[in-house]
Amino acid sequence: MTTLPEQTDRKLGLVIDLDICVGCHACAVNCKEWNTGGYGAALSDQDPYGSDPTGTWLNRIHTYEVQPHQGEAQIIHFPKSCLHCEDAPCVTVCPTGASYKRVEDGIVLVNEDHCMGCGLCAWACPYGARELDAAAGVMKKCTLCVDRIYNENIPEEDRVPACVKSCPAGARHFGDLSDPDSEVSQLVAERGGLDLMPEQNTKPVNKYLPPKPKDAPVPNLNLAKLAEPEAKGFLGWLDRALEKI
Amino acid sequence: MHPAPSLIAFTVLSGLGMGMIAWVGLGLGDWDHTFGWIAGILSLMVGGIGGVASVGHLARPDRAWRAFTQWRSSWLSREACLMVTAKVTFTLYLGFWLLLGIELKLLGWIAAALAMATVYATAMIYAQLRTVPMWSGTPTPFMFMVLSLTGGLLATGAIKGLVGLETPVLYSLAWLVVAAGTVIWWTQQAAGAGRSLDGTTMETATGLGNIGRVKMLEAPHTGSNYLLKEMAFEVGRARAFQLRKIGAFAGFVLPLVLTLLALGVGGWAMLIALLCHIGGMMALRWLFFAEARHVQALYYGMR
Repeated sequence: MTTLPEQTDRKLGLVIDLDICVGCHACAVNCKEWNTGGYGAALSDQDPYGSDPTGTWLNRIHTYEVQPHQGEAQIIHFPKSCLHCEDAPCVTVCPTGASYKRVEDGIVLVNEDHCMGCGLCAWACPYGARELDAAAGVMKKCTLCVDRIYNENIPEEDRVPACVKSCPAGARHFGDLSDPDSEVSQLVAERGGLDLMPEQNTKPVNKYLPPKPKDAPVPNLNLAKLAEPEAKGFLGWLDRALEKI
Repeated sequence: MHPAPSLIAFTVLSGLGMGMIAWVGLGLGDWDHTFGWIAGILSLMVGGIGGVASVGHLARPDRAWRAFTQWRSSWLSREACLMVTAKVTFTLYLGFWLLLGIELKLLGWIAAALAMATVYATAMIYAQLRTVPMWSGTPTPFMFMVLSLTGGLLATGAIKGLVGLETPVLYSLAWLVVAAGTVIWWTQQAAGAGRSLDGTTMETATGLGNIGRVKMLEAPHTGSNYLLKEMAFEVGRARAFQLRKIGAFAGFVLPLVLTLLALGVGGWAMLIALLCHIGGMMALRWLFFAEARHVQALYYGMR
């Protein structure tokens, strides 16, 4: 049934630290690598080496420039994947019963053997987290690496989503957001973790940690000057002498 | 949103077929067996073509039968179930009336009600999406039902004219005026809907509004993707003005004139009115999809 569970036993999800993310896209690449060979149909590419390449990705990294009322603009890298919403609109619109939210851990999944590829769930998702694979004709989405996190055939330290495992900066955290004592819940409480588009009433499980306020104003650097080589000896004396004229 | 030809054909033709079923089922005005046969079979055929077109939208049409299973939660599933129920009920009503000579009025009315419920469910597939304020913040279900009944009335009127029965000219004129007014009402509401009807902006989408105004610096990929092709459709909006004109003239003005002419030259003029109306509806339905804006495009800097 594509009705949502009243409540889930756990709320597994991601906490993404926008203060730390450096925008390297390693999480997106590792996501594609793991998920193209793992759960369900492969993540296909169309015209991958041609002039107009497209393909299915479950995690995409946007980069935004945010301009405060006063001061310098900030550049913020913004990874986006399925937020495994508690009130997931993508699940209830599904006409075939392929989309569902698991009672045991809250993960939103697609049963690819039932999906007829109508695309309505992708329309219902405000976050653009679902993509219809052009080769397989079924809806693909983040599985929270359900084939890693419970996988007893891989070392215990690898039993986290591929994106979390690959992040070189430690910007991604995985855990149970229903447990107030979990590391991820503590992070959310401490840093004021945010919901994306709260007005859409989807109650996302994944949270975003906002960038920390700047503790010192950005100095007004003359970058061109820093790039000039420092002259020493006679040339240095000449340089300083010329500057005084 | 991407204006898929399959969805335009589906919504327009299924709506027309259901509108015809509704009017034949109601059994108003002048009618006989010849009209019953032609109108009955045509309405099932037109609605059937619409249904087949909707299957053409699926990436895995072999699994379309599964869409009959989730009627408890999904509007698309309800639409599929109601469509079949309406057509089966209507076929039974036709069979009793035309083959056995027993006219079960109540069964006809039930078929008419089911046909309108089907159109309502079709509209709710779009109207339920908070992510597309131009569909959810506007009287979309009302417009779909009025347009379905208008097409159905023109079609049954044209058939009545062709088989020599009295055509409901005044009825049709009144319905065309109501339909044109409904489309104007919907368009006014849609013009103000944009992407931010529920307060969704790039700032709420990214959660970065506390810092300042958000602007996209770099997209995730240099190329396009499914999300942009499907939900950030931009091509062809330049022709929106011309299409709106076609929608108004072919959809309402010409059918009004031709229906008036039918008073003098005979009911067959309503056939041309009907064909013009269908063309106009196709143009307007193209705009219904092409101009609708999805909130996820905010992540790509499209405000």
